[in-house]
Amino acid sequence: MTRYYTHDHEWLDVDGNSATVGITDYAQGQLGDVVFVEVPAAGTHVAKGKEAAVVESVKAASDVYSPVTGIVSEANAALEGDPALVNTAPETAGWFFKLALSDPSELDGLLDATAYRAFVATL
Amino acid sequence: MTMNMIGRVTRLSGEPAMELPGGVTFTGNKALMLEEPLLFERGGVDRTGVDLPPVPDVSDRLAGLGRSAAIGLPGLSEPETVRHYTRLSRQNYAIDLGIFPLGSCTMKHNPRLNEKMARLPGFADIHPLQPQSTVQGALQLIDTLAHWLKTLTGMPEVAMSPKAGAHGELCGMLAIRAALEARGDARKIVLVPESAHGTNPATAAFCGYAVENIPANARGRVDVDSLLARLGPDVAAVMITNPNTCGLFEPDLVQICDAVHAAGAFVYCDGANFNAIVGRVRPGDLGVDAMHINLHKTFSTPHGGGGPGSGPVVFSAALAPFAPLPFVRKSRDGLELVEEWQAHQSSDHDHSFGRMVAFHGQMGMFVRALAYMMSHGADGLRQVAEDAVLNANYILAGLQDIYTAPFADTGPCMHEALFSDDFLDGTGLTTLDLAKAMIDEGFHPMTMYFPLVVHGAMLIEPTETESKASLDQLIGAMRSIATRMLADPDAFRSSPHLAPRRRLDETAAARKPVLGYRDALDAAA
Amino acid sequence: MRYLPLTPADRTAMLSTIGALDIDALFVDVPESAWLTRPIAGLPLHSPEMLVERELSALAAQNLHAGSVPFFVGAGAYKHHVPATVDHIIQRGEFLTAYTPYQPEIAQGTLQVLFEFQSQVARLTGMEVANASMYDGSTAMTEAVFMARRVTRRQKALVSGGVHPHYANVLKTLTQFTDDELVNFEPELTPGRPGDDLAALAAGVDATTSCVIVQNPNIFGHVADLAPLADACHAAGALLIVVVTEIVSLGAIRSPGEMGADIVVGEGQSIGNGLNFGGPYLGLFACRDKHVRQMPGRLCGETVDADGKRGFVLTLSTREQHIRREKATSNICTNSGLCALAFSVHLTLLGEKGLRHLAALNHARAVQLAERLGRIPGVELVTTRFFNEFTLKLPVEARPVVRKLADARVLGGVSLGRLYPGVTNLQNGLIVAVTESASDADFDAFEDALDEVLA
Repeated sequence: MTRYYTHDHEWLDVDGNSATVGITDYAQGQLGDVVFVEVPAAGTHVAKGKEAAVVESVKAASDVYSPVTGIVSEANAALEGDPALVNTAPETAGWFFKLALSDPSELDGLLDATAYRAFVATL
Repeated sequence: MTMNMIGRVTRLSGEPAMELPGGVTFTGNKALMLEEPLLFERGGVDRTGVDLPPVPDVSDRLAGLGRSAAIGLPGLSEPETVRHYTRLSRQNYAIDLGIFPLGSCTMKHNPRLNEKMARLPGFADIHPLQPQSTVQGALQLIDTLAHWLKTLTGMPEVAMSPKAGAHGELCGMLAIRAALEARGDARKIVLVPESAHGTNPATAAFCGYAVENIPANARGRVDVDSLLARLGPDVAAVMITNPNTCGLFEPDLVQICDAVHAAGAFVYCDGANFNAIVGRVRPGDLGVDAMHINLHKTFSTPHGGGGPGSGPVVFSAALAPFAPLPFVRKSRDGLELVEEWQAHQSSDHDHSFGRMVAFHGQMGMFVRALAYMMSHGADGLRQVAEDAVLNANYILAGLQDIYTAPFADTGPCMHEALFSDDFLDGTGLTTLDLAKAMIDEGFHPMTMYFPLVVHGAMLIEPTETESKASLDQLIGAMRSIATRMLADPDAFRSSPHLAPRRRLDETAAARKPVLGYRDALDAAA
Repeated sequence: MRYLPLTPADRTAMLSTIGALDIDALFVDVPESAWLTRPIAGLPLHSPEMLVERELSALAAQNLHAGSVPFFVGAGAYKHHVPATVDHIIQRGEFLTAYTPYQPEIAQGTLQVLFEFQSQVARLTGMEVANASMYDGSTAMTEAVFMARRVTRRQKALVSGGVHPHYANVLKTLTQFTDDELVNFEPELTPGRPGDDLAALAAGVDATTSCVIVQNPNIFGHVADLAPLADACHAAGALLIVVVTEIVSLGAIRSPGEMGADIVVGEGQSIGNGLNFGGPYLGLFACRDKHVRQMPGRLCGETVDADGKRGFVLTLSTREQHIRREKATSNICTNSGLCALAFSVHLTLLGEKGLRHLAALNHARAVQLAERLGRIPGVELVTTRFFNEFTLKLPVEARPVVRKLADARVLGGVSLGRLYPGVTNLQNGLIVAVTESASDADFDAFEDALDEVLA
């Protein structure tokens, strides 16, 4: 399994043709207390760089972009009852959705952990 | 001498107690600060505060649809009702108590003459669907107010029915869309400066337009070059606020309007800040096509804890034919209310985009606004703008050596002064902490975190109805708070300490919303 | 000028502090072409309080107000007695002159009132959650249609012919540039059940239907059981939107929630608020818990403060324009706060007991008048199941009859000709509303005048 990151602070765990998407620890720290998460239903087509989910804090609503193109296979149902998972476990239990990759070559443009850390250090 | 051993001792006896014994009161009250339970905890379904005539005995015509299950509505006797709401009222800040310097909201004094006039039975107790011959005075009042609004703005037409500022924006944008459709022009883009009120993009989207942001320049004004470069055959309108939300006049608005018109588009002006220029500048002379006027801002109708508002919209000649129904016009027998286009195809409104509200608009607000305008007159309204601008600049001058004033070097402000929280850098304190510290000093805070173009925005609009002494006190308190915050930041991390409530947990409120009282009522309560 | 505290000396001193030569120096950004040098022509100068009062009182005196004559006008706005306590409380400066409660620590009064108001409206409508109010019933109905589109992701709305025609027109106006599709059913004066097209509506619901909008009691006063229609909607995945323009009716008839409504919108003017020639009024909006995040308008919620004390805040505001901007559920910013307070105070005075009594009284009085007027030769009582409002079919066009009644100082209802200009089959209809405010003498005067006008 390989972990990728985007400049928009999403992470992506790729395992063969399927992937899990969430937002990074840095992103949750910037958002503050997360109060609501809207995730795409299974079967939804999501496109690379396009809005796929919404994460809300008390005073802000932020779009989450899909790092790659694909079809959603599962949404994280736990977030509905416990949106605080995004704050407490952003890169594990607080994942947003899983998808089937349409074009694995899209992974080429994403960051690895070292590159993402370096990017965050510049912010 | 004779010693009076019965009377009260007027001298304090013993050591004065420094704290309340036990630290808390039995009731939870603190003298005049009185806690009040929920109506649902106080009232009961068997209690009432009204006496009604007996119900005549008839056989009902509800066809078996009568309501049998309990509704669960608590009642209170009249004295309990008065006390419940009076106690609650005392947990509110209000203009009647002190300065309410919310930028962009124009919280000015609400004259009580206006309330008295709106309650005259001839205005308050007439039905919107009475025969028009029985409401000629009401139609005359609407027509007179319309005349004032058109004259003050230099615009030829006004739609009176919109119920609030955002509703007025919708009215203006619908007219623009109707005008474009009428000439078969399917433009899809509305340009909005990034400093705009959130209602602007929301309204444009509601009318089916895609929104593009126009950046501000370093002087806090619209970046004219970016705007002009973006104009083209796909742009339907530009929505612009003047004076803008940084409290600054847009000096290039005439040039912008000319360019927008040359590109075949319209200019919508958000009139939220009209108070700064009323009587001194007519928006019609600047070239705008539509502008709403918040009667609850510029023309002193009360905000009422969040409405009702009223947002008439003035129109240029180009948009006038598309104005909504109903409207008042002169007819053979006096004044006529034109309500339906099917019956009244008239040459001056033959393209009306239709009806926006069930009846004719906020009559109660019309009466208040007209009473205010007549009281001030054309001369007094001009003085309103001048004093509003003078008061804001006085605050800018009184704070700008301590508070960061991002645009102060570009010249005077209009009716509101904008600051950022940059001066708090390194303290860990923010605009929010400063606002909460103002609460402890007995002020309502300024507008926070708006506009979005400066960091930790603090937007202060004193309005013209504050005295110099009131401004001096605000300035003194804000200087003191800032100085103390810089010296001892830790003392301010959890303000307010003296308000009816400390900081409230908004995260918990949003994560597990409790939006109403859900328990059953105890009938024997 | 009595509202301006600054003296000439203050102004001079303040200009000096600012470092400005004169007031004009503060308006330097105004272009020369728009610079006005004197008060705008064509408007009067300032006026003393006494003269303003005199002039406005003269205008008010030209209107025939409801309390001065036998009065039976309804069709979306109703004359009910409002206890004096209500007006006293809404004029307290702490309510009247407060802003939207954005600083909750010093706005608990307004916030607790809104929380109680939401609770009252939810119970009255039989729904789970209500918002802090909208502009009026008609705009609330339009917002409900947009909400149904967001919930169902469908765009076709079926509109009953029993919906107030002004409400239907507002919906038409606000959907003309959106992708929403409206299917409007035609109103009919079928004796016994005017405007009752529920079976046709149910038959029209399909897999592309977002919502069905019905009014109960409908514009003609007819009361219907909506449960079968609700079942038809739910079977097809559509929402049932129920409009209530006479909210007092819910003290007597089954609530929309009990009949299966998904969204209830209404006009709350009847409780606590005067006629005011059409505004300000009070839009009510209630729905089911599961749809709350798609709801428009402000919401107040319960929470605790830093000391653990109960308190209230505006919440779920990420739905709203000041955060979501072009993606907001609605562009609405203002609600009808003070009208909601008036509603809440009046409903507190009534309580369940008082509301049920008031509703029963309205119904019984309406039954009495309907029976009397129905006996006038040539007059037919078209609405046989109603709350406090019914429709008569006159032997002649009703609009001129209403005008002649007004000449005799009787405000005798709303003609269908005014509400539906040009719709030939409705022109003889007259909608009559009866509330607790009409006396036996008013009944006599109305009956006599109608008899005479029709003779």
